[in-house]
Amino acid sequence: MSTIENLSRRTFLKGTAALGGGFALGLILDPFQPHPFYGGFIGSAEAADAAPPPAIPPPTATLSPNVFVSIDNMGTVIIVAHRSEMGQGVRTSLPMILADELEADWGRVRIEQAVGDKIYGSQYTDGSRSVRHNYERMREFGAVARTMLVQAAALQWGVPAAECRAQNHKVVHAPSGKSLDYGQLVDTAATLAVPSVKQVTLKDPKDFRYIGKPLASVDLPDMLVGKAVYGIDIRLPGMLYAAVEHCPVTYGKVKSFDASEALKVAGVKKVVEIPQNQPPIVFNTLGGVAVIATNTWAANEGRRKLKIEWDYGANAGYDSDAFRKDMEEATAKDCKIVRKEGDVLGAMRDANKVVEADIYVPHFAHATMEPPAAVALVKDGKCELWSSCQDPQAVRSTVAGAIGFEEKNVTSHVALLGGAFGRKSKPDFAAEAAILARQLALPVKVTWSREDDLQHAYYHACNAQRITAGLDASGKVVAWHGRSVFPTIWSTFEKTDPEYGHKIELSLGYLDLPYAVPNIQLENGKAKAHVRIGWLRSVNNIPNAFAHNTMANMLAEAAGHDPYEFLLELIGPDRVLDLSSTDYWNYDQTYDEYPIMTARLKNVVRLAAKNAGYGKKLPARQAVGLAVHRSFTTYVATAVHVKVDKDGRVSVPRVDVACDAGRVINPDRVKSQMEGACIYGMSACVTEITAKEGRIQQSNFSEYPVVRMPDAPREIHVHIVDAGNYPPGGVGEPGTPPFAPALCNAIFAATGKRILELPINQGKLAV
Amino acid sequence: MPQHLTVNGQAYEVDVPPDMPLLWVIRDVIGLTGTKFGCGIAACGACTVHLDGVAVRSCALPVSAVAGAKVTTIEGLSAKGDHPVQKAWLKHMVPQCGYCQSGQIMQAASLLKLNPKPSDEDIDAGMAGNICRCGTYTRIRAAIKEAAGAKA
Repeated sequence: MSTIENLSRRTFLKGTAALGGGFALGLILDPFQPHPFYGGFIGSAEAADAAPPPAIPPPTATLSPNVFVSIDNMGTVIIVAHRSEMGQGVRTSLPMILADELEADWGRVRIEQAVGDKIYGSQYTDGSRSVRHNYERMREFGAVARTMLVQAAALQWGVPAAECRAQNHKVVHAPSGKSLDYGQLVDTAATLAVPSVKQVTLKDPKDFRYIGKPLASVDLPDMLVGKAVYGIDIRLPGMLYAAVEHCPVTYGKVKSFDASEALKVAGVKKVVEIPQNQPPIVFNTLGGVAVIATNTWAANEGRRKLKIEWDYGANAGYDSDAFRKDMEEATAKDCKIVRKEGDVLGAMRDANKVVEADIYVPHFAHATMEPPAAVALVKDGKCELWSSCQDPQAVRSTVAGAIGFEEKNVTSHVALLGGAFGRKSKPDFAAEAAILARQLALPVKVTWSREDDLQHAYYHACNAQRITAGLDASGKVVAWHGRSVFPTIWSTFEKTDPEYGHKIELSLGYLDLPYAVPNIQLENGKAKAHVRIGWLRSVNNIPNAFAHNTMANMLAEAAGHDPYEFLLELIGPDRVLDLSSTDYWNYDQTYDEYPIMTARLKNVVRLAAKNAGYGKKLPARQAVGLAVHRSFTTYVATAVHVKVDKDGRVSVPRVDVACDAGRVINPDRVKSQMEGACIYGMSACVTEITAKEGRIQQSNFSEYPVVRMPDAPREIHVHIVDAGNYPPGGVGEPGTPPFAPALCNAIFAATGKRILELPINQGKLAV
Repeated sequence: MPQHLTVNGQAYEVDVPPDMPLLWVIRDVIGLTGTKFGCGIAACGACTVHLDGVAVRSCALPVSAVAGAKVTTIEGLSAKGDHPVQKAWLKHMVPQCGYCQSGQIMQAASLLKLNPKPSDEDIDAGMAGNICRCGTYTRIRAAIKEAAGAKA
């Protein structure tokens, strides 16, 4: 009984008012049952048992100094999780920070998931920035509440506040030994003025109670027993289920359709056309025909019986092989210069040796295990929406636009996300649910099939690069000339249908080439998008880390040097990388606060190499390969030990990842993100999305292979640098980019075969 | 066309076509959502349940095929979430997003029942049908070994 239930009760009352007496929101939002997702104590079962029993009447949240924390008179601390949980542990890590400054007992903390509301600031869970952007804020919110509780105790005891301190859910008066539980202080504290953040003192990091400790995710117990609730799991009474047929060609239109056979399928209730939006599509619906039925399977069966005539439109000729050739031709010509230092062409002429490589990385789809899914209820001018979304505010505005509502009449609830990787930043599927729910005046769940997910993604941009580099007689790199061509994400968002890369895309590991080379010229060519292009875990850092680390390895080979020593030499002296000649975007941070420091880059290279036993003698066709990349302000080096069988089959007995993410909140979740990023990066080595005649050729995991247990590295060891003197860096994405180049560099060392394109053709590695 | 099935010890009569996959009967008709949809073609393992104690893919199994058999879902694997596999998963903090983990746990429990001391190769073979896009494979492997030890 707390504000969590209060919140549910408000939802319930709203629902009752909207639909008339007797309506209950059912299994998921029964207001009188504590819910595993929206309610319930966190921490251990013992802690939950030890917590005070519910009181009658229910306790009130008497102290709420800000929207993120409230404390009731039973001493329960309610912390609002305003970011979306997709496996990175953010529903744990951000509350840990606040609870730490509050000196709260973790076992008496409850997490409440926020709906989409600007009151929380940005809720956009993307770009590996939740901790970066909220570390200071969460500390301040916690410290403000702690300060008020200390003042309240001083007032109740009539002693100076300076003699009191907060300690594990109590305020203690040291001279007398008296103490009061937080629950006994909230009534007094609530009468005090809320101090400004300037009036409160943050804890000394050496006194951190939770920050830096490996805490279990608050959602972990529910995940083990099937109680964790994802967007696809939301159920409302009377709910219908929808499947949507989209045009196989991006931005194609429905010309006409015949639903008569579909409507004969048992359980099918209705067939509805979803409106078409023209580019720039943003997050709006692609358009199509929806079959609505009493269950998901009936909807899918009906969908199969639809007869639709499409106008395929301008992208019906999209062929990803031909497109690749066009991009490669573009990299052979002069492009737009985006970074220039020295005289690259002159230095190349004078070079002792020139190395050139054409490097290609294909389209990928996110392929989240939970496909896109959302549930909507529209009644009396209000819309309630539940989804697996990375930004409930974007859902709110997209849905409001789709059904012509004001945002204030749309409530955007956040369920757990069954994987996201950037796909669930784009709430087109939520808009579909709202459009259908409005038309039917009943709750509707939209579930995308795996085929929908792979064939109508916001694809990772394919990317062609040509890098030419010159060595002097001593084997030192004197010139680096790079060209990169890819369809831009901004084509999905801008009316001008841009063809050059955006400065943000160019800043993802391209402009910030960290090598000490006197003559550098980086260029970007034009490409036109023919599918929706979107961001996917680490975005352009994937091709850029692959291209740069591959070329570094090729140059070591050409110079006759060991790749490890050569890489350290190439990164060069300790310095802050000077990017003043470029229009560099530093992941939403100032460069002063988060500069690129080559010492930290080299440090992770050394740490990964050392732990991998780099340099030790290995059997034939086995080797360790290295790569390093800084992204999302975090430095990651990956050492992959590879074994290549005579038939070309690649296996990875061991990976060592060294990660410098500055101040770390929950080290176990940092480790798990690095482990998972290795697998995600490895999947990029075995899979691709291709298009012919405008249609995506992969439809399910049968054609879009991803790494499975037998392919996965047998061991992954993550080494976190103790770098608490630096502010926190991102951890969700930075582990992904270095994996593919480390693996391919290892394969080269093991077999002598150079891999310049993904996915890896293992057949070519056979003896 | 009433279909009869037993899920987690409870008998159900459901009015659905005989070829409706068990997954959708469990999720949409009975309302147990712990079993997940991932691919619909038995290629990812998210929908794994037990049929008389053995792991099967419920997304590709017609409901008519389970008449007379005992279906167990993640909700029914243990009374208190204390199956050795669940305990090992907790200890190794296996899940990230958690979505595929119902299927992973059901598959691992079935694997250990058939092969109480699996080798690494046995684990590879036994778990190859279950995809985890978050990439928790090394922890799944460690947790299976842990659970195998606990059972001994």
